[in-house]
Amino acid sequence: MQHSMPRTLFEKIWDDHVVDELGNGLCLIHIDRHFLHELSGSAALMNLDKAARKVRNRELTFATLDHVLETTPGRGMATRIPGGNDFLREMTARVVAHEIRFFDLDDPRQGIVHVIAPELGVVLPGMTFICGDSHTCTVGAVGAFAWGVGSSDSEHALATQVVIASRPKTMRVNLEGALRDGVTAKDVILALIGRYGVDGGSGYAVEFAGSVVDDMQMSGRFTLCNMAVEFGGRTGLIAPDETTFAYLKAGEFSPKGGAWDAAVSYWRMLPSDPNAVYDLELTLDCSTLDPQVTWGITPEQVGGLRDPVPVHARRTTSVGRASYARAIEYSGVTPNMPVLGLPIDGAFIGSCTNSRLDDLRAAAAILKGRKVASGVKAICTPGSTSVKRAAEAEGIDLIFVAAGFEWRESGCSLCASGSAGGESFAFGGRVIASTNRNFEDRMGTSVKAHLASPQTVAASAVLGRIADVRELEAAG
Amino acid sequence: MKKFTRETGIGAVMMLDNVDTDQIIPGHMMMKVGTQGFGDGLFANWRYKADGSNNPDFVLNRPPFDEALFLVAGHNFGCGSSREHAVWAIRDFGIRAIIAPSFGAIFMRNCYNNGLLPLVLPEEEVAALSKALTEQGAEMSIDLEDMRVVSPDGRVTGFTLSDIDRQRLLGGLDQIGVTLLRDDKIEEYQRLDHLRRPWVYDVPG
Ligand code: SF4
Repeated sequence: MQHSMPRTLFEKIWDDHVVDELGNGLCLIHIDRHFLHELSGSAALMNLDKAARKVRNRELTFATLDHVLETTPGRGMATRIPGGNDFLREMTARVVAHEIRFFDLDDPRQGIVHVIAPELGVVLPGMTFICGDSHTCTVGAVGAFAWGVGSSDSEHALATQVVIASRPKTMRVNLEGALRDGVTAKDVILALIGRYGVDGGSGYAVEFAGSVVDDMQMSGRFTLCNMAVEFGGRTGLIAPDETTFAYLKAGEFSPKGGAWDAAVSYWRMLPSDPNAVYDLELTLDCSTLDPQVTWGITPEQVGGLRDPVPVHARRTTSVGRASYARAIEYSGVTPNMPVLGLPIDGAFIGSCTNSRLDDLRAAAAILKGRKVASGVKAICTPGSTSVKRAAEAEGIDLIFVAAGFEWRESGCSLCASGSAGGESFAFGGRVIASTNRNFEDRMGTSVKAHLASPQTVAASAVLGRIADVRELEAAG
Repeated sequence: MKKFTRETGIGAVMMLDNVDTDQIIPGHMMMKVGTQGFGDGLFANWRYKADGSNNPDFVLNRPPFDEALFLVAGHNFGCGSSREHAVWAIRDFGIRAIIAPSFGAIFMRNCYNNGLLPLVLPEEEVAALSKALTEQGAEMSIDLEDMRVVSPDGRVTGFTLSDIDRQRLLGGLDQIGVTLLRDDKIEEYQRLDHLRRPWVYDVPG
C-alpha cells in the first residue's frame, strides 16, 4: 500500500496490523508475538481449554516462568506462597500440552518476560507484541507496538491471533540535552512522570525521541519504555536504529542470513517520516535533571534527590487533596522535609525496569570495595538467567556478595511481593528499589517504597539512608 | 458473561485518585488459578484489619454499601498492574459498574471483557454524583439502553459509549466466538503479510 501522507512510527505499525475494522474506531489487530507468564497465562490457557479451543498460532507464542517462581538460590518448582505451586504446575502442564515454546525453571533462557523477549529476538521492530502484563510496553523500545492485556484478551489472542483495540493518539516526547553525571534513563522517565503526572500519557502511544534517546544504549531505552505505563500511556516506543539492530542481531529467534537483511531494510523504513504530525509533542530539557527519587505512593510523587516533599497536592480538587494527604500519611513523610537522608531498612535492585547487565554493572561500580550499612536487607535479582550468567562471568556477583547483597536467581522477586516466592520486606519498613511501582503494600505490608535508579539504590544501601551517589563518590 | 441492561441499587463512594489494581486486589489474594471467586480479595488491605476482621471504617463494610452495585471513584481508577483479578474481584463482590473521570487503559478493557461497565463521566458530574450519594441517599441507577445515569436526587445525566462495547455488555457476548467468525479475514491477512514480512512467521529454532 502506498501512503502519501507522512506517518509516524506508530501509525506505520498500526496500519500494518489492521485485519479488520469493526466501527467506532475499534479494529482487529494482528498479534505477531504473544508471551505468556504463569500469573496471567495459566488462567488464559485454562479458559481456552475449558472452551475446548486451540492455540491458533503456537509458533508465534512463547512462555516463561517469572512472577510466582522463587528467586532464592537452589530454587525448584515449589514456592512458599500459598497457592503458588498451582500456577507453576498448571502453566507447565498446559503450555506443554499446547506445544508452546517454553523457557522454564532450568532453561538458560528463563527470565522476566520483558527482559528476555528482546534479548532472545522474540520481539522485533515493527511487530505487535502482547503479554498479560502491564509492563509489556518495555519492549516497545525496539520499535514495536507492545502493550499489556488482561487474561481474557490473552485468551482471545491464543484462540484467534488478533485482539480488539482502538487506535491510541500519538505523542512524541523529545528528551533533549546532555545528562549530568549520575543521571540515568530511570531519572529521566521519573522526572517526566513527575512533570506531567501518572495520566500524562493517557490515551497515547508515547514515542520517546531526542538526543538523549539517540545516545542511549538499549538498556536505558527499555527503562524509558518500561515506565510508559506509569505515565498512563497505552504503550511506549522508540524508533529502531543501528543500536537496535546491533542489539537484536544475536538473538536466538531473530531472523538469520538473507531474512535478517530483508528485515533490516524493512525496519529502516519504520521511523516517522520527516513531516509526520503527532497529536501531541512534549519536550523535556534533561540537562538540568538531578537523580530522582519518589516520596509517595504513586510514581508522579517524585522529585530530585535534593528537593523537599511538596507542600501542596498536585491536583487541587478535594479528591486530589485527599489523595495527597493519604500519600503523606502512608509514606511517613511531612511536607517540606527532605527525602535525602531518610533511613532505610531495605534495598532492591531488580525488576523489568532496571535489571539488565548495564544496570548491574553500574551498581557494582558503586558497591565495589564498599559494604551495605548494617541493618539494611539488600537483594539483587538479575532480570534473566542469561544476564545473571553474563554478570557472573564478569565477577559482578562477587562484588554484590562482598558488599552484603543477596545474589538471586532471575525473576520478579520482591517487585511482585505477595506472589513471587511469597517474600516481602518486613512490616512497615522503608525500602529503596530500582522497580517501577511505589504503590501501598506492593513490596510488603505497610512498606514504604522509594523508586530510584540502580545507582541511587546502591549508594543508599551503602549509607543506610536515601543517598546521592555523588556524595558517596566525593567521599571516596 | 452477565448481561448489563438497567441496574438500580446502592452506590458507594471512594473519592481517591489513582486507585491501582494492587489495592483493588493485593497479590496474595489472587493466588488461585482461575477466573472466579475473588470477591473476598477485593480491597483486602483496606477492608480487613491485621487480624482478618472487617475494618468498620471501610466503605464497603458499612451497610448499605456492603451490597453496593456501583462504585464512584476518582481519576485513573484501575491504573497499574494488568491483573484481571481486579475486575473479577469487583464483579464477584457484586459491583456492576464503576463511575470515574478516567480509568487505567488495561483495566477498562478487562471490564468490558467481564460484563462490568467502566463509565467515564466528566469530573464535575462525578463530583455531583458522589455528593448526592453522600447527602441524599444511596440509591442510583444506570440504564445502558438509554445511556443515562439517575442520581439519588433524581438528576439524569446522559453518557456515550462505543456501540460495540455497549452491545457486548447488553448482550453478554462471548467475544472469542464472535471473532472466530472472521477467521477467513485473519487467514487472508496472514497469507499476504507472510509474503511482506516473512521473518514474522518463519521463526528460527
Ligand atoms: S518485575 Fe515487577 S513490574 Fe516487572 S513484570 Fe515482574 S512484577 Fe511486573
